[in-house]
Amino acid sequence: MSDPSFSGFAGIASTPATGPSRDDDATQLAATGGPAAGSPDTPPPPFGGGGALPRKRRWSLETWFRGLTTGAGMTVLIIIVAIGAFLIDEAVPALQANHVNFLTYKNWFPSDNPPMFGIAALAFGTVLTSVLALLMAVPVALSIALCLTHYAPRRVASVLGFAIDLLAAVPSIVYGLWGRDYLVTPISGLSAWLHAYFGWIPIFGSDGPYGKSILLGSIVLAIMVLPIVTALVREVFAQTPTMNEEAALALGATKWEMIRIAVLPHGRPGIIAAVILGLGRALGETIALALTLGSTFTISTDLLGNGGNTIAANIVHNFGEADTIGRGALIASGLVLFAITLVVNVVARAIIYRRREFRASAA
Amino acid sequence: MRLQRFGILAGIALTATVALAACGTDNNTPTSGGTDGATASGANCATGTLNAQGSTAQANAISTWIKNYNAQCSGATINYQGTGSGAGQTAFIAGQADFAGSDSALKAADQPKANAHCASGSAGGVAIHLPMVVGPIAVVYNVSGVTNLQLKPATIAGIFSGKITTWNDPAIAADNPGASLPSTKITPVHRADSSGTSDNFTSYLTQTAGSAWTYNHDKVWHAPGGDAEQGSDGVSKFIASTDGSIGYDEWSFATLNNLNVAKIYNGAGEWSTLTADSAGKTIAGAKVVGTGNDLQMSIDYSTNTPGAYPIVLVTYEIVCDKGNPAGRLDLLKSFLGYASSAGGQQVLTTVGSAPLPESVRSKVAAAVAAMS
Repeated sequence: MSDPSFSGFAGIASTPATGPSRDDDATQLAATGGPAAGSPDTPPPPFGGGGALPRKRRWSLETWFRGLTTGAGMTVLIIIVAIGAFLIDEAVPALQANHVNFLTYKNWFPSDNPPMFGIAALAFGTVLTSVLALLMAVPVALSIALCLTHYAPRRVASVLGFAIDLLAAVPSIVYGLWGRDYLVTPISGLSAWLHAYFGWIPIFGSDGPYGKSILLGSIVLAIMVLPIVTALVREVFAQTPTMNEEAALALGATKWEMIRIAVLPHGRPGIIAAVILGLGRALGETIALALTLGSTFTISTDLLGNGGNTIAANIVHNFGEADTIGRGALIASGLVLFAITLVVNVVARAIIYRRREFRASAA
Repeated sequence: MRLQRFGILAGIALTATVALAACGTDNNTPTSGGTDGATASGANCATGTLNAQGSTAQANAISTWIKNYNAQCSGATINYQGTGSGAGQTAFIAGQADFAGSDSALKAADQPKANAHCASGSAGGVAIHLPMVVGPIAVVYNVSGVTNLQLKPATIAGIFSGKITTWNDPAIAADNPGASLPSTKITPVHRADSSGTSDNFTSYLTQTAGSAWTYNHDKVWHAPGGDAEQGSDGVSKFIASTDGSIGYDEWSFATLNNLNVAKIYNGAGEWSTLTADSAGKTIAGAKVVGTGNDLQMSIDYSTNTPGAYPIVLVTYEIVCDKGNPAGRLDLLKSFLGYASSAGGQQVLTTVGSAPLPESVRSKVAAAVAAMS
């Protein structure tokens, strides 16, 4: 997280804000256009044929290093398989003991006799809060990124960029406590206002009392997602080829038109990737939502009333006191979250891949 | 260059934050002052290390005991992690904890596993429950202008199931003759996380409120509606800051936050105030349902003992009766012996728990002494 943002940060600081990638292009040109000119300078390869080269030994450094890297690669697979096996091993007995349909039942009562628990309300709440958070965060993040790369003076941009990075470093429990203890008051006021003027829209239908709601949770989540999306999108926008930008301006485009026809199309795959990363963060967010959502088990699109719950928040609420079946049930819900995240990532990859091909063929 | 300057500034800001944060203290329970009960009466000091974990409800009590025990006996290290009852039981079964603190007895499915852990020692044994900490549950409220609230079980059930929605509801007025009640909406508060406190509170309602409470008793809150808060501190903080709210909380948190505690109508037909004494009377009337040294208790929430406060939570230490590892046995017996001594129990009043009544305490002390 901090690495790309800092390199981008340095790039902005060292080059004029209007053409941050000009130097990059120049070096790239020199690098790509220069092999023919550059080759006489490189030292000639040593002559002497095979006899002069060290003979390939059986246990040379090469072999060791190859083994080392392969081993490291294998470790990842082993860890994934081990985790997966553990999760499934814990989840299956609980699912077998469950007396209702795990996918459609809404409540979470694993210690009842017989145990009854289902993922429906939790999965719905997880997706709803994440999508709402992104709807709120992405337009703001895009605007911030455009401001940083194309509008703000260099000094302002560096200060603002630093502030955004700082926002990303705040631990999520701090966001949660802030949302629960402070933000809840203004959001309750906002809820009352929304209900008074837009109460005819079903999502603003609740007449209170207002407190921990989906609105509060998704606003806190939006603030948490904002820095990640901003930092990534800023990098993408900063890499728009200056040639494209200048060509657009030369054709008589205004600045906004230039951004629309040169910067945004260039950055589209990057924007999608940033949104998906933000969504991944939002789906998995745990403690901030555990503190700001109402922990109910209902499927409702009412955003203002007490309510909302997510898979991760439910795990954090119930893990400490769970018995064997309860723990298995929570692990099963974790597998569902894993599946949701997997689907999101696969879809994102597919989109980015298609866009890339499209761009390559068009260019 | 500029980047570097920001880095320095950020460094300073960060250091300041950390330094400020370090000024806070996480120990906000009233300390016992080191005088009362610090005489670990009859404790034969032992040395070594004990690792225990479990219920957060008794974390305050155990940390006080550990402090007093260490003041008396040097060379002993006792760790207690408040990971939750379920986590404590799991750790005990897996042999990662020398004893587990738990708000509820082992489930029928888990008892054989715990017994298997105890039987793996040389002597063989079973897992037993020792009631150690009595945590009264306070019904706390914040209604402007109301300071002397009295509630019957059926009224409490009506409030927490969402059927009674305003403070001037006839049912509440009937419980509080002469009191002027506002028309404020009621915000009932329950625990968002699963907890033994919720289980005991709903058990109380199930047993005493009759048809007014139709939900199961469970660690997870079953009734719809209401505000959900994380942890006892979350509940007390919300109630302290919200007019019209009512919730249930461990007594220590109610005292700590200066919350109003409602009087409860008990089985003897009186309005009982929550005190260490009145809570102890309910425990004294509880039945022991375990066999031998297993002191699992069943609380009669509708007890007709005069003066008894009916909503209490008994938390256990789960230990092996036999087959404890030789290196740990002495310290285990010594520490639990201190905890179950009259002095050890008396200390609990300073952390918002009630001492065990003598009739129960003597049985616990005997069970500890018989451990091997």
